[in-house]
Amino acid sequence: MSPREKAATLALLALLPAAALAALLLGETFYITLATRIAVLALAAVGLNIALGLGGLVSFGHAAFFGLGGYAAGVLATNAFNAEPLAFGLAGTTSMPAISLVAVLLCGLVALPIGLVSLRTSGVYFIMITLAFAQMIYYFAISWPAYGGEDGLSIYVRNAFPGVETAKPFSFFVLVFALLLAALALFHRLQASRFGAALEASRQNPVRLAALGISPFSIRLVAFVLSAMVTGLAGALFADLNRFVSPSMLSWHMSGELIVLVILGGKGRLAGPLAGAALYVAFEHVLGGLTERWQFFLGLVLLAVVFLARGGLIGLLAGRPRHG
Amino acid sequence: MAAFVSGQFRTQDRYAPLPELLQPAGPIPLSLALLIEQLLNGLQLGVMLFLIAAGLTLIFGVMGLINLAHGSLYMVGAFACASVAATTGSFWLGLVTSLAAAAAAGALMEVAVIRRLYARDHLDQVLATFALILVFSEGTRWLFGSFPLYLDIPPVLQGAVALPGGGQYPLYRLAIIAVGVLVAAGLYLLIGRTRLGMRIRAGETDREMIAALGVDIRALYTLVFALGAALAGLAGALVGALQSVQVGMGEPALILAFVVIVIGGIGSIKGALVGAVLVGLVDTMGRFLLPKLLALALPATQAGPVGAAIASMLIYILMALILAFRPSGLFSARS
Repeated sequence: MSPREKAATLALLALLPAAALAALLLGETFYITLATRIAVLALAAVGLNIALGLGGLVSFGHAAFFGLGGYAAGVLATNAFNAEPLAFGLAGTTSMPAISLVAVLLCGLVALPIGLVSLRTSGVYFIMITLAFAQMIYYFAISWPAYGGEDGLSIYVRNAFPGVETAKPFSFFVLVFALLLAALALFHRLQASRFGAALEASRQNPVRLAALGISPFSIRLVAFVLSAMVTGLAGALFADLNRFVSPSMLSWHMSGELIVLVILGGKGRLAGPLAGAALYVAFEHVLGGLTERWQFFLGLVLLAVVFLARGGLIGLLAGRPRHG
Repeated sequence: MAAFVSGQFRTQDRYAPLPELLQPAGPIPLSLALLIEQLLNGLQLGVMLFLIAAGLTLIFGVMGLINLAHGSLYMVGAFACASVAATTGSFWLGLVTSLAAAAAAGALMEVAVIRRLYARDHLDQVLATFALILVFSEGTRWLFGSFPLYLDIPPVLQGAVALPGGGQYPLYRLAIIAVGVLVAAGLYLLIGRTRLGMRIRAGETDREMIAALGVDIRALYTLVFALGAALAGLAGALVGALQSVQVGMGEPALILAFVVIVIGGIGSIKGALVGAVLVGLVDTMGRFLLPKLLALALPATQAGPVGAAIASMLIYILMALILAFRPSGLFSARS
């Protein structure tokens, strides 16, 4: 990481909690929620960045994991609220650590078969197959009436985390931000590890990697599953943030947004997802306040990013990476 | 969003000749007429998907570009047809306009944005065409508002045709199937028998070589893109008379078209045709038969929802199965 990128990363990491703290001191609860939204979306994008940024796997179906995480939170909380056991006699729960664990494991378990099939393909096929798997889960959520179907599912009380008053916006923000930091640390460790080097190599030259005796397929599979697990955790938190889950979390549009977050910030960069999420939420908030048609302008901005600023925000701030 | 899926066509079908047949009040026995009707519905869905998928697969085959905004061209066709038909009262004028409007929108899109993406990787293509979807959807909402438009079936094609076995089938849907067959035959002749088709095939095989031979490759690309756009616009206009014309109608159609071309093999028109019919039939018959099949094993209250849930996933399961055995589709043009 270049000194400039390091500085940009640290500045971004300091700015978000500073903004949330300022909002707390000024009593602007709405802006704390906005900062939490940035942190959750950034966490989801950190997950995608493992597959997309490091591994070059353009997954157009990460909304599947985001939504599955969300539904894990929603379903467990609903069953606990109604005191109905789930399948196999398991009880629901409102404990956030338990829910997070379930969300992460569930996403890992679902990502494994999806990865096994999808990673046999590459290029455009991979993009479309991940999209199709996500659509499969999306339509399942829509047509399964037990948990709200198309209308979605409300979580009446934000789930509990031991020692944290999650109902208070700032406490919840601190919790989410801590998890984001943990995920960023994981990303950083991964990138610097032997596994990370192999993953980068699988993107740049899979044939050479195979010649070195490392199977690109298994490296990619591990990256894909890890990536799904992080995004799933973000989904559970997103459901808790909004106290609502709906199939829209699983939709192709969400998958597109996750890609947008990564690219907007700078793919493969440590702070890229955070920068992207901050920019996206800022657009949504500022443009959305000015015009109902903010997505029209978002589209134009994205076109500009593709043609003019290929490294995203971090690329603009810190220059090109040593090897893209 | 799921409105494109064939099962839901029926609930929005404002010209159903026999509502009691199309929307059964309770469980109805499986009759030959019903089976034929559902088969035709599946074929009709497949034909619509073929019109969208043909352009998509042609654009990928020739230019190597993944175009997420192809569904927007379908939407443009539907809006053009519905608004022209509403002002002039003529469906046929609307149909011609939809072809022209979609082709023009496609050519404009190609010249302004897409042309710069051919040399880029798929990620840039996904992002830029995703941005185009946002621009087109919001732009259309700006022009036409958020309320859906409605398009009437032309008087000539209203009414129904008797089926063997005692049922009746809407003439308009049969006409759609006929249009699809004609377009498939036309494309076959165009690609296989004309000079333009020869250039398109040459462009698929080796774009540097055909450029070196003096063919204006930029113009050829714009032409191919406009042709694909016109086919999508035609599909939009034809479907517009069966369901409401609204912003966002393009994406479910686009995603089904993706499934079609992935199954058929990206770049292959023949694959698109086979894949489209396969997807149309599997989706429609799955929605029709699965709840009935499950009712044999499960109580009726559960068989309905479970069957519907599985049926909505069926084509994706089909796709995963096909890809597990043939990772580049049934008739891959680029392997």
